[in-house]
Amino acid sequence: MRKFLSRFRYQIALFFAVIGPGFITANVDNDSGGIFTYSAAGARYGYLPLWTLLPITLVLIVTQEMSSRMGAVTGKGLSDLIREEFGLRVTFAMMTLLVLANLTNVMAEFAGVASSLELFHISRYISVPLAAVAVWFLVVKGNYKDVEKIFLFGCAIYVTYIISGFLVKPDWKEAAIYSVKPSLALDPGYIYMLIGMVGTTIAPWMQFYLQSAVVEKGITVKEYAASRLEVIVGCIMTDVVAFFIIVACAGAIYSVRPREIQNAAEAALGLKPFGQYAFLLFSAGLLNASIFSASVLPLSTAYSVCEGLGFEAGVNKRLSEAPIFYLLYTLLIAVGAGVVLIPGFPLVRMILLSQVLNGMLLPFVLIFMVLLINRRDLMGDWINPQWFNLVTWVSVAVMIGLTLALLGITIKG
Amino acid sequence: MADNLLFFTELMGMPVLDLKGRRIGRVKDAALVPLQHPSRIDRFLVGGGDAWLVIRHDQVRAISVDRGIELNDEQLIPYHDDEYMLRIARDLLDQQIIDTDGRKVVRVTDLTMEIRNDEGRDIALVVEVDIGLRSIFRRLLQGALPPRWIRRLQNPIPPNSIRWELCNVVEPDPHRRLRLNISYQRLENLHPADLADIVEDLGPAEREAIFETIDSEVAAEALSEVDPKMQAAILEALEPEKAADIVEEMSPDEAADALSELEDATSEEILHEMASEPKTDVRELLEFEEDTAGGMMNTEYVALHENATAVDALGALKGNEDLLETLNTLFLVDAEERLTAAVPLARLFVAPGSARLKDLATEMLIEVPVYEHQNRVTELFDKYNLLTLPVVDEEGKLAGVITADDIISVLRQK
Repeated sequence: MRKFLSRFRYQIALFFAVIGPGFITANVDNDSGGIFTYSAAGARYGYLPLWTLLPITLVLIVTQEMSSRMGAVTGKGLSDLIREEFGLRVTFAMMTLLVLANLTNVMAEFAGVASSLELFHISRYISVPLAAVAVWFLVVKGNYKDVEKIFLFGCAIYVTYIISGFLVKPDWKEAAIYSVKPSLALDPGYIYMLIGMVGTTIAPWMQFYLQSAVVEKGITVKEYAASRLEVIVGCIMTDVVAFFIIVACAGAIYSVRPREIQNAAEAALGLKPFGQYAFLLFSAGLLNASIFSASVLPLSTAYSVCEGLGFEAGVNKRLSEAPIFYLLYTLLIAVGAGVVLIPGFPLVRMILLSQVLNGMLLPFVLIFMVLLINRRDLMGDWINPQWFNLVTWVSVAVMIGLTLALLGITIKG
Repeated sequence: MADNLLFFTELMGMPVLDLKGRRIGRVKDAALVPLQHPSRIDRFLVGGGDAWLVIRHDQVRAISVDRGIELNDEQLIPYHDDEYMLRIARDLLDQQIIDTDGRKVVRVTDLTMEIRNDEGRDIALVVEVDIGLRSIFRRLLQGALPPRWIRRLQNPIPPNSIRWELCNVVEPDPHRRLRLNISYQRLENLHPADLADIVEDLGPAEREAIFETIDSEVAAEALSEVDPKMQAAILEALEPEKAADIVEEMSPDEAADALSELEDATSEEILHEMASEPKTDVRELLEFEEDTAGGMMNTEYVALHENATAVDALGALKGNEDLLETLNTLFLVDAEERLTAAVPLARLFVAPGSARLKDLATEMLIEVPVYEHQNRVTELFDKYNLLTLPVVDEEGKLAGVITADDIISVLRQK
């Protein structure tokens, strides 16, 4: 019994030792763009879209698990592996797309900061520069362990969405039914929304970030079981948050009058009739998600690019040791935050562009991942089992299909 | 750009001409045979028709950027995998190597070769490994623009290269390592802390390969500098005998810390392989909780009887030469081995040989029991500006010492 207890304690300790990468990646997935997508779905179609969350969670787990497994087994980042196995030109092309896609994502995050604080009558000319400087200092002046703790704290703040979901007092019975009952309608808007929900689930940067974070944390094959659990719990938590966002908007907006909303801040305003707290928590959640993602995205991009192209990288390096890393990191933040302040800048078009770029990049990232993870010389006994390969290829095919569909619709406008 | 230099990107795809100047194919790869020569391109692999052909270095008459490779002997044999070859495109490009001069891990983007005339024939010698922007630029444009244009266009970009002799290729497979004549001897001359940084940047397989081959003493010093979690992973991956050799060379407190990170069965296995003396020390230290004085201390101290003189002290030091680099305090114990005083080492130099150590001791003896929490220990170091703090067991017997470097590690980890 004592032995069992000590074994159990060891497992718990192991779980806390590996906590971080999976949680953070999955939560950043609910960034300002994600929150908008879910809010819009709830405001326009109520509880109907809830059923998609189960398959979304599954696909998310499948892809994230591969990233963390590759990181733990090979001890190398995804862009390292792509460079080693597929050469420089492929890596360079992917990194160029990744930088562009992530830059537009960063713009969207700072736009999220601006609009969430404008709900409290704080001008974007104050909020955005402040947020940009804070984000820059947080990562450059902090060390990885502290930064990770702050990020994990950011993950915890997502709980505001769960509370605001409850405050709205939605119809729980309906929510429960539609969570498991698939409902399709031949309404083009509805189909577009479904594709949008799935399409925003997996972004290319997540695969790069998660794998690098697992490596950076020094997670090894031995701790892999705990790490996988962390990834799964993180994915589930993310979609629980998504569930509550949809439910809150369904309860507050759809049940009053179904309508299109233009941004996530509008969703927050829609919650106002249900009490000051519901509104406050929803907007605080949006602010947190935007700042959180605005910190992770530029960092992850700079890491991936420098790893793949062989430049020195790391926040523990001095500026003179890793100039390209710092230059890229700073530019992403400066440009991302700067354009939000330009009056008349076509931000919406930029955000659509980021979807297009993500959609172009994702198929390659996922296919490379599956090819790499089945290489016995890299993964040893940790290659995909046959059945898992089937699941993976199906998920990858579905993801690619839906992303391309989203791409097509976006381009056609 | 001097004309006798050739980049590997330029060699790739270069036409190969027979004695009559007819093209027989293009270069697909080139290989060193390190057992024969450390830097000469020994074989050129040519694709043409169905199979690849191999050109030995002595079958080449001339190599030039504009004309390609001209042969003086057309008797080419088909290529079949030769395990003595280090193939550049396959084994080197885009892979990580160690820059032993810059003490870091870098990724190979291109190679710079020197074309030298050797008894009327051109040979190519690898002189530099190229990293950084300029070589990336070359790789991206390789084949898209004529080499001369690329050379001109790249001029504004500053070069970033490492001399070939200062590079260390990493090969996890021991058989291949032997055949390719790769050794890690150069790594043994690095400072252990630099070596530790390097191995932290490598993948697990490469890491193990290095620890498996380098001298146990160097390995032990480097391992002490590696992050504790990675220490555990490395020790676990090594054969227990090799792991035991390395752990034996570590100071007992660091060995105990490393072993305490392992699962019980693995650390038992390693302890089992260790020589008996270090094993007892390590086992004793393993009994203590990690965040107590007992867990922080090491057993590398010099203790004398309280009636000893300065001459006795010098004699004791002569028997402990391996400790001298870090030792700064001597300890005095009574007949029951209970700690009675501490003597700063420097006082020995100005004392007459007959002086009693007791008279040279510090006015106040500061000590902690083995179960003292590490926060309290760091406080004491700060308050009394200590370099070394003795740790005593329940009966007041000297159990070990904590030194300032242990405190720095603790503080850094917070």
